[in-house]
Amino acid sequence: MIATTDPTTSHLIAPGTREIQFREALREAMSQEMRRDPRIFLMGEEVAQYNGAYKISQGMLDEFGPKRIIDAPISENGFAGLAVGAAMYGLRPIIEFMSWSFSLVAADQILNNVPKMLYMSGGQWGCPVVFRGNNGAGGQLGSTHSWTVEAMYANVPGLKIAIPSCAADAKGLLTTAIRDSDPVFNLESERMLSDKGPVPEGDYAIPFGVAALRRGTWSGERNSDCTLVSFGRPVNFCIEAADELAKDGIVCDVLDMRTVRPLDIGSIIDSVKRTNRIVVVDQCWPFASIATEVITQVCEKGFDYLDHQPLRVNTEDVPTPYAKNLEAEYLPHKGKIMAAVRKSLGR
Amino acid sequence: MAQTAAPAAPSSTSTRRGVSADLPDATLSKWLRDMFLIREFEVRCAQAYQQAKIGGFCHLYIGQEACAVGTIGAVNHDDPIVTAYRDHGHALARGMDPGACMAEMFGKSTGCAKGKGGSMHMFDRPNWLFGGHGIVGAQTALGTGLAFAARYEWEVLGKGVNHPDGRPATLDENAPAKKKVSLCYLGDGALNQGCLHEAMNLAGLYSLPVIFIVENNRYSMGTAIERGTTMAHNLLAKGAAYGIDSLKINEEEGLDILRLYDKFKPFADECRAKQRPGFVDLHTYRYQGHSMSDPQKYRTKEEVEAVKQKDSIDQLVLHLMNERKCMTEAQFLAMQREVKDLVAKAMTFAEESPIPDVDAELYSDVYSNIEANLSPTREYVHGAKNPLL
Repeated sequence: MIATTDPTTSHLIAPGTREIQFREALREAMSQEMRRDPRIFLMGEEVAQYNGAYKISQGMLDEFGPKRIIDAPISENGFAGLAVGAAMYGLRPIIEFMSWSFSLVAADQILNNVPKMLYMSGGQWGCPVVFRGNNGAGGQLGSTHSWTVEAMYANVPGLKIAIPSCAADAKGLLTTAIRDSDPVFNLESERMLSDKGPVPEGDYAIPFGVAALRRGTWSGERNSDCTLVSFGRPVNFCIEAADELAKDGIVCDVLDMRTVRPLDIGSIIDSVKRTNRIVVVDQCWPFASIATEVITQVCEKGFDYLDHQPLRVNTEDVPTPYAKNLEAEYLPHKGKIMAAVRKSLGR
Repeated sequence: MAQTAAPAAPSSTSTRRGVSADLPDATLSKWLRDMFLIREFEVRCAQAYQQAKIGGFCHLYIGQEACAVGTIGAVNHDDPIVTAYRDHGHALARGMDPGACMAEMFGKSTGCAKGKGGSMHMFDRPNWLFGGHGIVGAQTALGTGLAFAARYEWEVLGKGVNHPDGRPATLDENAPAKKKVSLCYLGDGALNQGCLHEAMNLAGLYSLPVIFIVENNRYSMGTAIERGTTMAHNLLAKGAAYGIDSLKINEEEGLDILRLYDKFKPFADECRAKQRPGFVDLHTYRYQGHSMSDPQKYRTKEEVEAVKQKDSIDQLVLHLMNERKCMTEAQFLAMQREVKDLVAKAMTFAEESPIPDVDAELYSDVYSNIEANLSPTREYVHGAKNPLL
């Protein structure tokens, strides 16, 4: 049951809604689902005795015990593969990667086995595992620890990829992920774990493939000037940019895609039909990125509605730098987004 | 499975002392038949491959038949097993219909994976075979996960788990969970893959009932084991490094299914009872090349011929006819005819089966919970029911 949403922010509003942290919202989703379904277990590095490297699983060992909240050694390929076997047998694993950067050493399991099992077994065995963890630059973590994996992994059929941008979605999307019979990658942002937002107390599932309009209205008296499309943490930069541009009378639709696979291309086209301009903000590198995919689909399905070529704001096309100022400029940010919107409008 | 049958009186003429001596004649006859089935099936595979009826890679099991039949014969039918890409033998030993197995290689809709898997991806849900996996060593983590789930089922759930789509994951969903053991097969080439070592560490750490069975046929493709693996003379050290009870079955034993069983059965029983992992260095030999395209320059014909003198099927035939005296030559010939006929029918079945329907099957079995906009080019669909289910 989806609660009503705030008309401005699309945030959920329901009885019992309180302000909690993004990490608490993730924890609530896992705990509520684990109470409902004994087949679910959580495994990952430091998830149990340490209470989570980022305190997402804090207290879960106390509630569910060591047979269901399981510390794994630093052995990503091993425990990712363990989850594949366990899921095929009939359990519902949640695997926490401390960082999606570390998922690269588990690439064979999560890209070769997880998404292909249903197909290569001719429909005999699926692989309902939720892999989740921090995705994206955490804050001066350097080149190897700052991966955003969505562009690379979204290339592989068989996976679903969710990227929450706020606490309420963190809970609702993860709930959907856990209940899904297909494998889901839930990409969370370390930089957002302490961000607070309104989150309903009860359990609720946000359907995949349904974007949320964070700024602008579907039924506004005046069409917006530009469509901003993003997912995950950069949605918040888009909202900042839109609010700043609004002071100059430039109105933006901000579409939070929530999931990149499935991708709610229908909502994007609906918005572009009214704005005739689109800027895609993507925290991956530009070459063969999610922005590339969105813009391709917009050209395929909405070319005639465009008054300006589609624009993209990606991370800069270099390895992630360490220095604070370089990293800040490397990432998509409000200034880059505002400049792109102004470029599309010619002002 | 055979070992669940009521024990018959052991043959009084047998001089053997191991646990296999207590097995009923019918069990041993069944093993002989299964080993011969694998041999005959693989011979016909090679022919079909040369006729280009089978594509891709094709790795034959000829020579190693005692491994699959003897180890699978030592566990229960609902104990999960997983193997690598030399998987036809395990599939047949587990009871896969030879027609479904051959049709899969022919790329037909009646194959065990509806023609989407191929030779390296034999899956059989009703027979608890979790694949057929192509990447060397990757299946070792899966075998560990199967053991994790089996232990979780017994220890945490206390009853058989249900598959999310409503079908039972266990054959009897109402049965109380029991102690299981998972068999995870690997070749000696997988000894050098990181995945195996991560899997063994996890199995030792969590005390999971998985038995890593190294089908040590001396060569990983064309590389002799000594050229690729440290401690090749003492592989049990690798199990010991992870606190895993280890067992060596030498080549004489590995080619004699009764001696293989005598060693493996008590070992597997103990892994099950104690819910502990095991590691088995099971020496065997493949008569054919690594795959169908292997000129075998790395070994001599004399080496191959020497092993063939100890052929596992020949040994069991002689035992049953001369030692146990439970099989006559006429009975053996009848069994051979029955198996040859069965494989011939499998070939005909594969030959005559339809190819997969493109509209129904190309875009099916990618997602089980299909949603809109999962792909930019085409919507996914639900395909035909798997013929094995």
